[in-house]
Amino acid sequence: MMERRGLLKGAAALVLAGLLKPVAALAAWNKAAFSSKTSADALKSLGTPSAEASGGIVIEAPQIAENGAVVPIEVTSNIAGTTSLAVLVEKNPYPLVAKFDFMEGALPFVKINAKMGETSDVRVVATARGKHYQATKEIKVTIGGCGG
Amino acid sequence: MRAVIGSTVLALAFAPALAQQKSQFADYQRMTAEGSPVELFEIGGEELWKKPQGPMNASLEKCDLGKGPGVLKGAYAALPRYFKDVDRVMDLETRLLHCMMTLQGRSRDEATKALFGNADRPSEMEYLSAYIAGKSRGVKMAPGSSHPKEKESYQLGRALFFHRTGSWDFSCASCHGEEGKRIRMSDLPVLSDPKSARPLIATWPAYRVSNSQFKTMQWRINDCYRQMRMPEPTFASDATIALNMYLATTAKGAEYRGPGTKR
Amino acid sequence: MAGPMKMRATLAGSYTDLRVLMTHPMATEQQTKGQPHFIQNLTVKVNGKTVIEGEISQAVSRNPVFSFRLKGGAKGDKIEVSWLDNKGDTNKTETAVA
Repeated sequence: MMERRGLLKGAAALVLAGLLKPVAALAAWNKAAFSSKTSADALKSLGTPSAEASGGIVIEAPQIAENGAVVPIEVTSNIAGTTSLAVLVEKNPYPLVAKFDFMEGALPFVKINAKMGETSDVRVVATARGKHYQATKEIKVTIGGCGG
Repeated sequence: MRAVIGSTVLALAFAPALAQQKSQFADYQRMTAEGSPVELFEIGGEELWKKPQGPMNASLEKCDLGKGPGVLKGAYAALPRYFKDVDRVMDLETRLLHCMMTLQGRSRDEATKALFGNADRPSEMEYLSAYIAGKSRGVKMAPGSSHPKEKESYQLGRALFFHRTGSWDFSCASCHGEEGKRIRMSDLPVLSDPKSARPLIATWPAYRVSNSQFKTMQWRINDCYRQMRMPEPTFASDATIALNMYLATTAKGAEYRGPGTKR
Repeated sequence: MAGPMKMRATLAGSYTDLRVLMTHPMATEQQTKGQPHFIQNLTVKVNGKTVIEGEISQAVSRNPVFSFRLKGGAKGDKIEVSWLDNKGDTNKTETAVA
């Protein structure tokens, strides 16, 4: 008990010293999912381990990218009630690239520039009304984009 | 100190499937251009243009790029050109250096200390080039051609383009003088041919996604000379201006597309 | 120190097209030898109400550019996009739908 008080006091002092960011600056970020080294693990951490294949997810991306440092990927979900889209690059060191939650007022659509280490499938998982769906598309990469 | 580049960097090869490759990358080029960070450099350039600097604590806003002090619309598309006040043909970066020295009172040494930046710290020339080039979007490229010094500059540029020299006996034409060549997966357009030069010159200076840097034409020429194993050309020298004049003239008539996005 | 951020929101029929450009190194573990520096959270608000929450990673390209689509929209709607990175740095930009 005394230990915890000490710890809390210490933390407060660190916040005041500007060394620790106050809680308000922190926001939800699914560390487990973003640290997963396989697509399967990432999807498990996202809570979407078994998503059925669906043609309702449209992935627009170049068939072949000149440089893996910047690979444009555009995703739309035509599945009614889609509230979330997750983008994964299967062969990246950490497959999960990004995840977006859409609330009332936004369409389930996003275009991002992703880094791809090598030719790989891009997998998109959509969540709609409690169910999960997925689609994949292969993008060939001619020069890797993950290194320095 | 010019570092020696491994010979694997430069691999000339004939690509019989050139047309196929061009269409293979068309989608990539279109999608990256539509979602490119280029505009951030234009914004950075606008800030620099307006920022008072140097011993005279002045901005560049009165700089005359050929269309009058501070007139930016279409100015890049009309460069290089002859400037009466210096009795010399200048390209964009040369003229910017001139304005930095005359309007802002900065020394050549100071203003040219960090000409080519990096991803973490782009150079002033890079930001300013992006901003000013952006103001020529949609304007037909028409570098100066009537003044005798403009004609002289073009002739010099043309001669330099085809002149073989250096330890590898290269000229610009070694890479850019024949159809069907490429370096790794990048096509090498024939820059002496208007048809090929136009789409290319109309999209430089440009943002390079491979290293997140904005590259200018003075940099491009400097780097080509490095790749040809030639001595480093002096920034804003007559030789570099002449090459820019040759390229811009060969590409004249093309609608300038604005700073580009490259691999 | 956050670099320039820019946003453009334009009406496009039944939706509003939103394009956001941000300056950020988005440096990976590999690039930094274990000290990655990247944006983790992205928030899009329309007239003060959150409509999109994004969690992104080091696998997003340097100087990220995002496109989103907002349902409907009217000229003058206030759009705000903000980001937060793994070091606690933030930046935001606002624009009105054109």
